[in-house]
Amino acid sequence: MAALYEGFTLCGLVQTQNASDSPIQGIELDGDSDHAVVTDSTRSVTLYKVSDQKPLGSWTVKQGQLLTCPAVFNFQTKEYVVVSDNKVIRVWKDEDLNLDKAFKATVTADVWRVHSAPGGEPVVLFQRGAVRFLDSLLSAPQQPVEDVLSEEEVIRWSTNIVAEEQHFVLFTTEQKGECCLYVQRLNPNTLQKYRLEREDSGASPLSFSASLQDKHLNLLYLYPNGCVYQSVVAARGYVGLEGVQALPRSLRLMVPVGEGELGAASAVALDEAHVAVVGVPHPSARTGKDFLCIWNTNFQTLQAGKEMAGRIHGQVWCYLGKLFVSHGKALSVIPYECQKSSLASALGKLRHTGLAGNAALPHGTSTGRISIKCNCSQRNVKLGVNCVQPQPHQTGPVDEVQREVEALVSRGDAQDLQLSVGQLACHLVARSQAETAFYTPVALAQLVQTQFLCHSVCPGLLLLSLEHKDYFLCQLCLQLFPDIPEVVTCACLKTFISNEVLQTPYSDNFLLPHLKDLDTQQVILFLQYLQFVYLKYSQDVYTQTPGLRSPTMTQIIDWVCLLLDAHFTVLVMAPDAKGLLSNLQSFVKSQVKLFSELGKIESSLQELHKMKLSKDISQYSIEVIELF
Amino acid sequence: MGEFKVHRVRFFDYMPTAIRAMAFNAHTERLALARMDGSVEIFNFTDHYFQEKVIPGKDSRSIESLCWVGGRLFSAGLNGEIAEYDLENLRPKYSLEAYGGPIWTIISNTQGTQLAIGCEDGTVKLFEVLEEHIQFERNLDRQKGRIISLSWHPSGTHIAAGMMDMIRVFDVPTGHAVQRLLVDRGFGGSKSRETVVWSVAFLSDHTVVSGDSAGKVQVWDGHTGTLVKTHLVTKWDVLALSVSKDESSVVAGTSEGTVIQFQFIAPTLHQQQDKEWVRTRTFKNHTHDVRALAEIETAIVSGGMDTHLVVRPLLEKFDEKSHASGLRKIHFPHVIANNINLSCAKKAGLLLFQFPGQLELWRLGDSDEHGKPGDRLPLKRKPEKLLLLKRKGEDHICCSALSSCGGWLAYSTVSSVRIYRLQTDNNNISITKVSKLPKALHSAHQLCFSSDSSKMFAASSQSSVLVIALTQSECKYVHTLKPKSGSRQPIHLMTTSGDGKWLAAANSDCEIHVYNLQKLKLHCIVPVYGSCPSAMGIHPTTNNMTVVHADQQLFEYSIVEKQYTDWSRKLQKQGLHNVWLDRDTPVTHVTFNSKNPNQVVLHDMHMFCIIDQMFIHPCPCHNGLIGFSGLFYNQMTLRSLSEQERPSHLHAFKICKTFQVSLLFLASLLDDQSLVVVERPLLAITSQLPAPVRQKKFAT
Repeated sequence: MAALYEGFTLCGLVQTQNASDSPIQGIELDGDSDHAVVTDSTRSVTLYKVSDQKPLGSWTVKQGQLLTCPAVFNFQTKEYVVVSDNKVIRVWKDEDLNLDKAFKATVTADVWRVHSAPGGEPVVLFQRGAVRFLDSLLSAPQQPVEDVLSEEEVIRWSTNIVAEEQHFVLFTTEQKGECCLYVQRLNPNTLQKYRLEREDSGASPLSFSASLQDKHLNLLYLYPNGCVYQSVVAARGYVGLEGVQALPRSLRLMVPVGEGELGAASAVALDEAHVAVVGVPHPSARTGKDFLCIWNTNFQTLQAGKEMAGRIHGQVWCYLGKLFVSHGKALSVIPYECQKSSLASALGKLRHTGLAGNAALPHGTSTGRISIKCNCSQRNVKLGVNCVQPQPHQTGPVDEVQREVEALVSRGDAQDLQLSVGQLACHLVARSQAETAFYTPVALAQLVQTQFLCHSVCPGLLLLSLEHKDYFLCQLCLQLFPDIPEVVTCACLKTFISNEVLQTPYSDNFLLPHLKDLDTQQVILFLQYLQFVYLKYSQDVYTQTPGLRSPTMTQIIDWVCLLLDAHFTVLVMAPDAKGLLSNLQSFVKSQVKLFSELGKIESSLQELHKMKLSKDISQYSIEVIELF
Repeated sequence: MGEFKVHRVRFFDYMPTAIRAMAFNAHTERLALARMDGSVEIFNFTDHYFQEKVIPGKDSRSIESLCWVGGRLFSAGLNGEIAEYDLENLRPKYSLEAYGGPIWTIISNTQGTQLAIGCEDGTVKLFEVLEEHIQFERNLDRQKGRIISLSWHPSGTHIAAGMMDMIRVFDVPTGHAVQRLLVDRGFGGSKSRETVVWSVAFLSDHTVVSGDSAGKVQVWDGHTGTLVKTHLVTKWDVLALSVSKDESSVVAGTSEGTVIQFQFIAPTLHQQQDKEWVRTRTFKNHTHDVRALAEIETAIVSGGMDTHLVVRPLLEKFDEKSHASGLRKIHFPHVIANNINLSCAKKAGLLLFQFPGQLELWRLGDSDEHGKPGDRLPLKRKPEKLLLLKRKGEDHICCSALSSCGGWLAYSTVSSVRIYRLQTDNNNISITKVSKLPKALHSAHQLCFSSDSSKMFAASSQSSVLVIALTQSECKYVHTLKPKSGSRQPIHLMTTSGDGKWLAAANSDCEIHVYNLQKLKLHCIVPVYGSCPSAMGIHPTTNNMTVVHADQQLFEYSIVEKQYTDWSRKLQKQGLHNVWLDRDTPVTHVTFNSKNPNQVVLHDMHMFCIIDQMFIHPCPCHNGLIGFSGLFYNQMTLRSLSEQERPSHLHAFKICKTFQVSLLFLASLLDDQSLVVVERPLLAITSQLPAPVRQKKFAT
């Protein structure tokens, strides 16, 4: 499970002239884990103490000058490094107050980024793809810088990863719609180029995120259609491998995109199983694309979601258990927590547990600029490009929807189905909620029966069915959903009582407050029902057919106990409940007596167990014995 | 040391019959025991209770009572006959009609000159014991009602007779009844039933002790005819009484299976002179009626409906815990164990079971599979009863044999020998009786075939062995092998060597004669050991003979060299392990592992043991640390040890107690490393007994 906690605003954002432009270039870590170096889109670098939401220092370049790369912290020399006007590298220390007076050097080619990470020397990546260590560059700033990329190839994103004495600079480029990944290994220097698989729509990825896991470089990238792909590159690549390699990818996640495509969105891997996505719609909420969500990629389940006020800039950084998201006029810090799902480990889905924790630290992703460009280029692409997302449910009549669902369900591909079923169900629920006349019980039931749905994927479904008094669907949901919240269980109880409700999983502590919501008449009715069921089963406890879904005796007793716990004082006062309570009391008495009697003969019964079963001795046998 | 395939045979549903009577000869320390089927067994109490002789039963014979006169054994039964037994030829010597209807009891006077019998017609008949015969002398005064029990006063002048509702005391010289002791009937419903005085004992001081069907043991004054003391000991019957030699103790056997002891002691410490009969101890070793009882010097011997013979030692007679102070239960007549035969035909393992009235021939099952130790293999072929051969005539079968080729079958009763030719092809079996038998062959104590089936040997009278040549067409008498010792005792064990050269025969005088069959003459006599051989076998390759005696001693004798082997000498020098010596059932078969010439396989009723001569014998002094049985029965320990540790703990006696239920037979098949084990669970016997008398149990 994962959770997003209450966030806070780190700083306000200055609105830029170009509304679509991101107000922040980058956020980097300082030597202190609680510090963040925030570089805005124009001239200033601010150092914040995150937990206090307090700026510790700020540096600004002169009017007319422009910071062209986020400031980074050189962990070796404890200095800050920034590039202004593409070619001027500035280096200063914490105590320097004026950036103009700090050390600066002008290099011969335009710089794309300066990257720095703990344990590694800062690296300078030039716009034409060349890579230099900062030190060596500063010792000879005027050294010639070669072009690595072709004429029209531009860098979209870059990062560096330092781990286990290995140093990588990764960057992706785009040229005429074709995306490539460059992996630059340092010491010894090798460069490997990979071509990313083209998406059918021709769209380019909105964001990238890279991490080192289990000696492999994992690249995670999000497309406007909501697909999150993962590509893996061996950290110890074949040195001297020539040419461009095709980079295979695997679909890790399909984020529901709602209407249209994703615009400013970004995905970052939190750990092996969790991905934070910003700028996407929440499946069960409105279609607005202003949510931060954490998805479990193993189970394709939504783990947590949070609405971010204001326009999302498609930027998310992840440092030390906190997500930094710029939205509207603020930069918010949202702590999160990802727990390894025990189910996942039970299923063996988590292959790399507890490996190289530091190295797996995800690094910053995405820039606003990319997403804007992508967005623009793809606005014209027709809607509903998502191949697995059929159309009629948007507007069509009930029978048409029904046909569509049947067609979908009859398709066999489990992986696709899992995603699309969830999406479709959400859409149908959303539409039903919007249009009171629209309700497709058969289609929904079919979707539920695929068993790909759960409550968290489509939270509105069960309540919707309750609203429509569609008890069949309710039963089905109660039967098949493993994760129904206690509050919903109680809501179901209020409207109807069934075998099924009693069998939904629950936790005492959570259920109890919700049970208190039931009124006395309901409680009495429910208790009567439970008593009836109990008597029915206690009579023919052995004749129960295993196929029939019926609550176990323990479940019934537990519910009786819970109900009485929640309402005992009220029930004692209620005259209607008097007979029922005395019945229950005598029943409990007899049970206590029975159990005490059973307790008495327990040891005798245990002796029976201990008795050696005499071996079946037949008239004749051939046996093998061994003597020593 | 090896895996064995074991054929566990449990379909031998032999049922021993109930014990009806017994008589102990204090002079020779032999116990004679009569069973319901008319068979008589002789146990030698000086030689570990070894059952040395069995006189087979007869349909018409029933024995109610046994009596020793010196070394002569007499019986009387409800068929109205008195019989004397020929203990050398194991058959009745003669029997004579007493003309008094069914006879309930027979006794002799202490002088051994007269016999008295109690008859159904109410007469007590006296017989004179002559040298070779007995002769009717006279009747005592005839009474109304049957005479159930008799006891002769040690002086010989009076006889007490238990009858219905009374006891009569007769004056023997005059033949008149001098006392009439009235026995009370039982209480309640049994008041209307006559009380049967099942047993009386006449003591030197003219005290008469009686046991009756009302559950009383009563003490009477024989002079005055007055009742001295009544002990109500059971709700059921008191069936048997026995007096110790010094007349200080009387034991009574009841229908409840208990044996109750009464002792003539002073009830208080102060008045040591005032002795009376006091009930002292109760023993419960039987589930059913105790019909026969004998109090001997150091033990109480009892037997009854539940077929077991129990020797219950009186612990106050022992100074220390010893072999003799342990309780003995003898479950099976050994002759039964000795008369299961296996033919080791290469393919068809045939098993011959001898019952008193019939022979059963079985073919063992088969399995192709191999398994690991502990496995039970799936059967390819089930065992099959090929033949049921009912005996002719009234006499019960006393011995039988099956040739190793499976082609010949022979059995003998006291009156005749029959030989059959068996032909098995596939599933058909045909049996042909060999019609003409040599005249010399009229009865045999033991039968055995040579390993090549060309000869048959029959143990005859005076320890002689008849050699019969067998051919397809006829049986021909060849020779009679006679021992030089001149022993008149019967042969009870016989075995031949694999090469057909040697025949060994053991008799009740503990002699083992080895004959050379090629020269047809005596080869040697194995040095006589003080205990009777209980099993012996000749090794197929070395011709060394392994002999186990009733006292559990083990010898290996080289027939060729006419001396004990080095291994045997070493074993004797070192001494056998206490645990081995303390076993209470004798070894009944000796066989050999065809795959490993060092291994001798032998068994008693509770275990089988493989003795590997390559290993050291467990030293008797190694008792301290692990305890006897810990060291000796250490198969479990050995199994749990690792391969490296194991060799240091191995020893020569590899005992398998897996088959704990009354092992009756064991043999190794020739074809592979397999053993045949015939088991007869005691539980199966118990379950076939009639229900015991109902007894009130606490809380039921």
